[in-house]
Amino acid sequence: MLTSIAEIIDRTQANGVPIWRVVLTEEVEDTEQPEAAILERLAERLATMRSAVERGLSSDAPSVSGLLGGGARRFESWRQGEASVVGPFVGRVIARAQATMEVNARMGTIVATPTAGSSGILPAVLFTASDELGFSEDELVRGLLTAAGVGQVIVARASVSGAAGGCQAETGSAAAMAAAALTELRGGNPESVSHSVAFTLQGMLGLVCDPVAGLVEVPCLTRNVSGAVQAVAGSELALAGLHFPIPADEVIDVMGEIGDQLDERYRETARGGLAATPTGQRLAGSVRWEGPGFENTNAARARDLARAAGLAPDG
Amino acid sequence: MSVFDIIGPRMVGPSSSHTAGALRLGLLTRALLGCTPERATIGLHGSFATTYQGHGTDRAVVAGLLGMAPDDPGIPDSLAVADRQGLEVVFEPIDLGAAAHLNTLRFDVAAGEESVSLVGASVGGGAVEVSHVNDHAVDLSGRFDTLLIQARDVPGTTATITQRLAATGINIAFLEVGREKRGREATMIIQTDHAIPDSVVDEIEDYEWVISTRRLSKVTD
Repeated sequence: MLTSIAEIIDRTQANGVPIWRVVLTEEVEDTEQPEAAILERLAERLATMRSAVERGLSSDAPSVSGLLGGGARRFESWRQGEASVVGPFVGRVIARAQATMEVNARMGTIVATPTAGSSGILPAVLFTASDELGFSEDELVRGLLTAAGVGQVIVARASVSGAAGGCQAETGSAAAMAAAALTELRGGNPESVSHSVAFTLQGMLGLVCDPVAGLVEVPCLTRNVSGAVQAVAGSELALAGLHFPIPADEVIDVMGEIGDQLDERYRETARGGLAATPTGQRLAGSVRWEGPGFENTNAARARDLARAAGLAPDG
Repeated sequence: MSVFDIIGPRMVGPSSSHTAGALRLGLLTRALLGCTPERATIGLHGSFATTYQGHGTDRAVVAGLLGMAPDDPGIPDSLAVADRQGLEVVFEPIDLGAAAHLNTLRFDVAAGEESVSLVGASVGGGAVEVSHVNDHAVDLSGRFDTLLIQARDVPGTTATITQRLAATGINIAFLEVGREKRGREATMIIQTDHAIPDSVVDEIEDYEWVISTRRLSKVTD
């Protein structure tokens, strides 16, 4: 089990291999699965991720609640116009982070990387890198391994759960994973990968989990945009040779400590932050709970119970 | 902790903890009962109590009780399927105290004369931790095939069972033995690296000191 970024770097140096290789070797030893089977399964996950991005960019279908829908497609069209200033790389990243999150919010199939609420970030960065910089499928699978290594360390030292550590634990972790993958794909050495993790996660520290109406929609979708852009910036800073003075492992540890200190209101309970604003509460009251399969006695019973207990909005 | 825990699960949205993890707790409860329940009361603690509907937790939990996988496209329609199959579900908010994880579920399910209970938390990214089975404290992750044995507290039971498993080439990852009181009932929880064949479980059930066995298939990579 990988428990520190420092240890991963030590192993890359001891064996003269990149981070993705260290993670793959560890997986083979841990699970006794052959290397080829692991790579094939990762390639399948990559295909699901790609399909979610494509569906998100090509459909305006609303989310189950009706709060989201069509934003990814609209931004994709805007970023290709002359008025947009972010350039093709960051523009694609912003559009794609939204795409997966829209598919997720309408109960479509996605890959949790590391969670569903942060599933927009890693595919946005990886597929943009592939399209803009020409990485192959095999290289993207290696990117998944590098990202997974960082995610494993975060789970061991802190958390990737919004209910445990706030949004910093979800989108912060996803962004750190994406930064690591991008940095290694672009030729960064293990130390610069570590700095990219630190640069990225330090910018996400303290971020609370405050979903309006308790849905993985607002502000989760746009937090995925923030995380994906932060990942690109963190990777660029590291590749430019800049060093963040606090080591990645310590930044991860402090993320965990801040998460432990967060009041319950800011840990996915929808009782604080944006969820508790007047407009957040109004939106929660206007959400339509009906969706496919929701016209059902079981659901109605559940809804009535929650309302009776003052736990769900009327409306 | 596999790379597929981080790059995964492949799942129907919108929340790995409130949808995929909740479904896995439903799957474990189904395995514990050994069939699709006819009645299920699902207690929702903490964040689950306030946000379960928007995350499709109700549909995910029921999908798990029906035996669907986290990426089953039928999850959004599971409540209707439950109605058709005669599974009656009640959701109720519960308070398990401040020490309980904010995403904890309690299942009380029954089919015919059989009834079981399970308490578990969805701890992030689809991972789960089961804390109670039939109100006995346990510590299970769903990452291993698990055999729960209730037996009379007589000498040699653990040795007999571990030898029987070893003879089939099954490696034990974790073994926990406990009892309420000397000479009464003992509980054995065996988590294995390999699935235990039906024939071996049948044989174990035939030992005269075995009271009952339950199996939990693994639900997490």
